[in-house]
Amino acid sequence: MIPLSWYLILSAALFSVGLFGVLSRRNAVAILLGIELMLNSVNINLVSFWRYGNVMHMAGQVFAIIVFAVAAAEVSVGLALVISVYRRRNTVIADEIDLMKW
Amino acid sequence: MTGEQITFLVIALATLGSALMVVTTRNLIHAALWLIATLFSVAVIFALLSASFLAVVQVVVYIGAIAILFIFAVMLTRKDMRDQSPQLNKNWWVGALLAVLTFGGLYTLLQGWSGLSRTVADIPSGFDAVAELGTELTSFTGYVLPFEVASVLLVAALVGAVYVAFNPRSGDIRK
Repeated sequence: MIPLSWYLILSAALFSVGLFGVLSRRNAVAILLGIELMLNSVNINLVSFWRYGNVMHMAGQVFAIIVFAVAAAEVSVGLALVISVYRRRNTVIADEIDLMKW
Repeated sequence: MTGEQITFLVIALATLGSALMVVTTRNLIHAALWLIATLFSVAVIFALLSASFLAVVQVVVYIGAIAILFIFAVMLTRKDMRDQSPQLNKNWWVGALLAVLTFGGLYTLLQGWSGLSRTVADIPSGFDAVAELGTELTSFTGYVLPFEVASVLLVAALVGAVYVAFNPRSGDIRK
């Protein structure tokens, strides 16, 4: 049997890797890749809590499905914004998108 | 150590290794392909947790739709991805420090939690998790409201993405 802590530690490590990607990549598409990693680690947490809690309550799996939907919406709008910025400013580097920087 | 644990350790190593490749590799197409490997490993983790429906949805939605969308976006913005320029910004060590601190904080938080020794419960015979999930998602005593809100969110995201990414110079839909 796999202890609950293994899943939680794996999820924490995956979240940290995604956080590193979000904070330190220059390309806006790569930042969105990091956000995907973080959302996946959250899903691992939710499903493992469902499995190790009361199996009859489906709240963990329902939450994971809502996270799927939110991730799909977030990615489609985010990539549309990146493509739109690339058309107008000809860059996808996050440092160079500084039109609103004061 | 049982076979289940060995499977978990192999899959966890594959997940973390491919996730590290996603955030460090120079070529963004390769990063998107490593993301597919990560997502597939997470699907195996869902299968280990006996969440069969979520494992399938992970493959269909994440790999089939989101990862392909990423590859399209990388291809559409490829010209700007000069491989000689650094892929990490100059404050990358702050990000690395924050990530390590987050992991350390979560780890120490977990060590002090009393529910960590909880053991896995047997799924009662005759209990169909997929059928139960479907009932919960569509019953008024369950989660029908978040389910409907999620579908409205997806429609709004679809309309917004089409509007934002639409190029008025190339198309003549608005004329």
